[in-house]
Parts: sequence; structure tokens; C-alpha cells
Amino acid sequence: MRPETVIIVGAGPAGIRAAMVLAEHGIRPVVLDEAPMSGGQIFRRQPQGFTRSYAKLYGYEARRAEALHTAFDALGPRIDYRPGALVWNVEGRRLQVLRDGVNETLAFDRLLFATGAMDRVIPFPGWTTPGVYTLGGAQVALKHQACAIGRRVVFFGSSPLLPLVALQYAAAGVAVAGVFDTTPRRAKIAALPGVLAGGTTGLKGLSYLARLALKGIRYHHGITPVAAIGDRTVTGFAYLDAGGRQHETACDAVAFGYGIKSEWQLADLAGCRFAFDADTHQWRVETDAEGRSSVEGIYLAGDGARIAGADVAAETGERAARAILADTGGPDQGAALSTIARRLARHAGLRQAIDRAFPFPAHLAREIPDDCILCRCEAVRAGEFRAAIAALGPDEVNRAKAFSRVGMGRCQGRVCGPAAAEILATELGRPVSEAGRLRSQPPVKPIPIAAFQESKGDAA
Amino acid sequence: MFRRRAQSDPGLPPVSIRFEGRTIAATGGETLAAALLAAGEEVFRASPVSGAPRGPFCLMGACFECLVEIDGMPGQQACMTIVRDGMDIRRDRIVEGEE
Ligand SMILES: Cc1cc2nc3c(=O)[nH]c(=O)nc-3n(C[C@H](O)[C@H](O)[C@H](O)COP(=O)(O)OP(=O)(O)OC[C@H]3O[C@@H](n4cnc5c(N)ncnc54)[C@H](O)[C@@H]3O)c2cc1C
Repeated sequence: MRPETVIIVGAGPAGIRAAMVLAEHGIRPVVLDEAPMSGGQIFRRQPQGFTRSYAKLYGYEARRAEALHTAFDALGPRIDYRPGALVWNVEGRRLQVLRDGVNETLAFDRLLFATGAMDRVIPFPGWTTPGVYTLGGAQVALKHQACAIGRRVVFFGSSPLLPLVALQYAAAGVAVAGVFDTTPRRAKIAALPGVLAGGTTGLKGLSYLARLALKGIRYHHGITPVAAIGDRTVTGFAYLDAGGRQHETACDAVAFGYGIKSEWQLADLAGCRFAFDADTHQWRVETDAEGRSSVEGIYLAGDGARIAGADVAAETGERAARAILADTGGPDQGAALSTIARRLARHAGLRQAIDRAFPFPAHLAREIPDDCILCRCEAVRAGEFRAAIAALGPDEVNRAKAFSRVGMGRCQGRVCGPAAAEILATELGRPVSEAGRLRSQPPVKPIPIAAFQESKGDAA
Repeated sequence: MFRRRAQSDPGLPPVSIRFEGRTIAATGGETLAAALLAAGEEVFRASPVSGAPRGPFCLMGACFECLVEIDGMPGQQACMTIVRDGMDIRRDRIVEGEE
């Protein structure tokens, strides 16, 4: 077998498991992650020097978190791990990587994207006010930084993170002003059989609701967000209840979100083919049953490939690593791959039930009021976006972006993209899957211009 | 308002940073975003387009709302930066079109 350079982008559950499997088979992958510490989104490590116990930090997931960190550390020199390394471009068989202010070009033969996901949001009036965070952001503050986003916090949206993060805050002793779910109660009830059939993971999810109730925290169903109130900081949250009556609750912080979305910009630059995933209502990179993308030598795993949680991320990480082994002339992986396929099949039913219990409320995006900011980066209001569509007639999101600047800012539409696509689809009278997909641009995240000046070539 | 949950670990070094000239006590190991928020600073910058106050939003490096100027270098993500003793931080002053 000729030695190949394998690069893994992302050191979360998917990337770590893939690195372990490759190392076991004598391949020393380069593992790049922009975060200063390994673990990915759910098992992100606390800063060096912090000494909170695993039980305190990760609760239910303590044992899995510890196992993952221990396994990663045990890899030691068998992998080439480079934290703090932002991968910002892919060109052919080369990556552009920025680390400690220095740019480097890394060549690869095989590349695994395990880049995870981020919060998916829908703009609502007042969402740019300091003190409004994403659900994931609220969780990062608590778990990673031992901070609370406020003293009295409102949680709202439609996401499996909603009851979880609210409960994590309540358990940490923070006053939860209420949990406001945009999904009607009947959708939750319809999803119940699937959740119950999902075994312990499904029951765990239900136990969050029970524990919130035990703490006297009300879980509202079928609400519609109206506004975050406040000027330089949040002072309240206004919403319509399921019956359409408006209420206001006092709070000093708001966390919201509508599930999570895959971070696939790099795969886009690499030229991978995409497909619209109806279950999660978002675009994803097309892969075969073992994680191969449409581009030879490029693989995907974890939430970056399809939102499905940490357990599935680790399984698909292993699966992609075994596909890489098979494709580089290693030993036959058939038996191991069919074991993984069986384990993944067991997760599929629960995943679908969760997608149904916390659907993406596309109507909220379509109904964003005209005077509400749609694109934070460029400060474009929904009405301005609609007017640009009406006047200039773009027929897909990239033209709409060029005409309106929506999605043109630093975040490249990661934040406003899903809502902008819904608005455009509505104006065009088409399903959102036929409104196009915002194309990614290098650098996938902004980098200082100085980095280019110090750039050094390394075709290792 | 953002606040720290626990007394910081005794093993962590206290660090001192400056924000717009004001001295702020922080804890080694924490992110700059957490240090500033915990010190009551919620407004990190003005929107370069509208001038409206903006602060951290996603806290995971994706939204670029927490950009500040660190030791003269503009456009740094406070949520992805670990505090260092003596850091001098200012609100980001990048104006649209200057990047
Ligand atoms: C905000 C948030 C909160 C979550 N909370 C929970 C929870 O409480 N419980 C739960 O069960 N699940 C949670 N999830 C889901 C869970 O995090 C994922 O299912 C799991 O972490 C997926 O693992 P992964 O390896 O695919 O990706 P991640 O764990 O997300 O890891 C991806 C890694 O890739 C790195 N990366 C991405 N792009 C680049 C780049 N361009 N250059 C370099 N590095 C890059 C990131 O820094 C990250 O470390 C959460 C997800 C999010 C987004």
C-alpha cells in the first residue's frame, strides 16, 4: 500500500473516531480543528486549568465525554493533531490553513470533512439586541465558560436543544422565565410513539420535559415569537400563545434556535454535489452509503454530512475511515461496515421522530415583518429583501444575494441563509428546494489579510 | 445580563485586560467574549452598516458579531480568543468597504 496523506477536518466525535480507526490501521492522519481544544461541539473541553468534574460538565453524557477525551489523548503521536487551525479553502488536492496567524498549504490524497454544525435561526424583531443568543451559544457559555447568559432567561424555538439547554440552565440554578416551543402540542403527541420506540435515548429526551415540570418551569406549545424587547440590552420577550393572544414576559437574556444546520462550506468549495434533505429541511452534501462524496477522495461524516447527533457522528466517522481504508487498498472492511450499518439503522427511527417533534417552522421565516433585520452582517431588513426581489426578479438565492447584499457579509449567509431562502421561495411561489443554495466563497471564514503576506508553501 | 456561575478555579491565574481603556479582571483560560460579557460589557461593536449596537450571538465562531480589535489588530473573534494578560481591546471600528 503506498503511503497516502489523509487529512481530517474537525476533531468532534466524528473526526476523532475516524482518526482512531485510521491510526489503528497504521495511517497517521493530520487532524485540523479551528478550536483551541478537541471534543467538537458537544464534548468541547473546558479551558486548560478549569477543574470541573465530568459529571458537572457533561451530566448524562459524562462517561461518553470522558471516554472520547481519553481515547483522543491516547492517540498521542499516532496522529498529527493541529488545534487552532482554520481550514479556509480547498483547491484541487490542497487545503489552505491558517494557524497562529500563519498561512500554510497542505496537500492531501484523501480528505474527510467532519466539520459539524451550527445553530439554525429565523430572524425575529429585536434579535440583534445584545443579550439575544442562539441556544447553542447559551449552552457554550454554560458548559465551556461556566457562565450564564442572564439571570432570568427565556428559551424559545423548535429544537431538541430547547428543553435540554433550558434544563441545563435550571439545573445550574438560573431562573428560567419560560420555555416557548413554536411547535403545536399535537405535533409533539404525533411524534411520541417514535420517540418511545427510540429506547433510552428517546426516554432521556422525555425526561427533560418531566424534570422541567418538576422544577415548576412551564413548557409552552405552539407559540409565535413577536419580539425581544429592549434597546441596548434585552428586558423582555413578547409572544403570541397558541390561541393567538399576546403576552410579554420579563427577562434579561433570550436564547433561541430551530435545530442545527450542517457546516458544509468547504465541501461546497471542493465541488461536492448537494441534495435537499426534506426531513431536516436543509441542503446536505450527497454521499454514498459509506460517506464518499461525489468528488473522488473526499469523504464526509458526522453532523456536517447530516444532522443526527453525537452517537451517529461517531459511527459515521468510523464508517468513513473504513471507506478510506478500503479505497487505499487496505484489508476488506465489509464485515465492520455492515455492523455499523446495523447500528445506524437502529438510530434512524428516533431521528425521524425528533425531526417531527421539532420541525423547522418555515412559516415564521416567510412571515418575518418587513421592518425586521434579516441579514445581521449587512443590516438588510426583510422588506428591503422583498423589494429587491420584486424589482429585480432574481430566480435563485445567489442572484437575490447579489441584488440585496443578504448573505454577502462575513458569515456568508450561515445565519440568515435559511430564512432568506424561504422568503425568496415564497415570492417565487416555489418550494424552497427550488430556490437554489447559497454558494460558498473562500475564505469560508474571514481571515486577516496579513496572513497571506506570511503565507508559506508546504507541499508535504 | 451575562454572569459567571462559579468562583473560578483556584488554580487559574488571574489576568488583567483593558477594554476601551477600562481595566477588567479576567481568569486565565476563559474566552475574551466571556470575560467582557461577565464584566458587564454587552456591546462589542456597532454594526458597520447601521451603527446599531451589537454583541456576541452564537459564541461558537460562526456569526462574527463579537468582533473586536485586539492589540491593534481589528476583526478578531472574541468568542474564539483565549484571554491573555495585558490584552488591550477596543470595539471593532471596521467601516463597511474598508476590509
Ligand atoms: C451549538 C450546538 C450545541 C449542541 N449541543 C448538543 C447537546 O447538548 N447534546 C447533544 O446530544 N448534541 C448536541 N449537539 C449536536 C452534537 O454537537 C453533534 O451531534 C456532534 O457534536 C456532532 O459531532 P461532529 O463530530 O459531527 O461535529 P462537531 O462536534 O460539531 O465537531 C466539528 C468540529 O469541526 C471544526 N471545524 C468546522 N469547520 C472547520 C474549519 N473550516 N476549519 C477547522 N475546523 C473546523 C469545529 O471547530 C468542530 O470542533 C449540538 C450541536 C450544536 C451545533
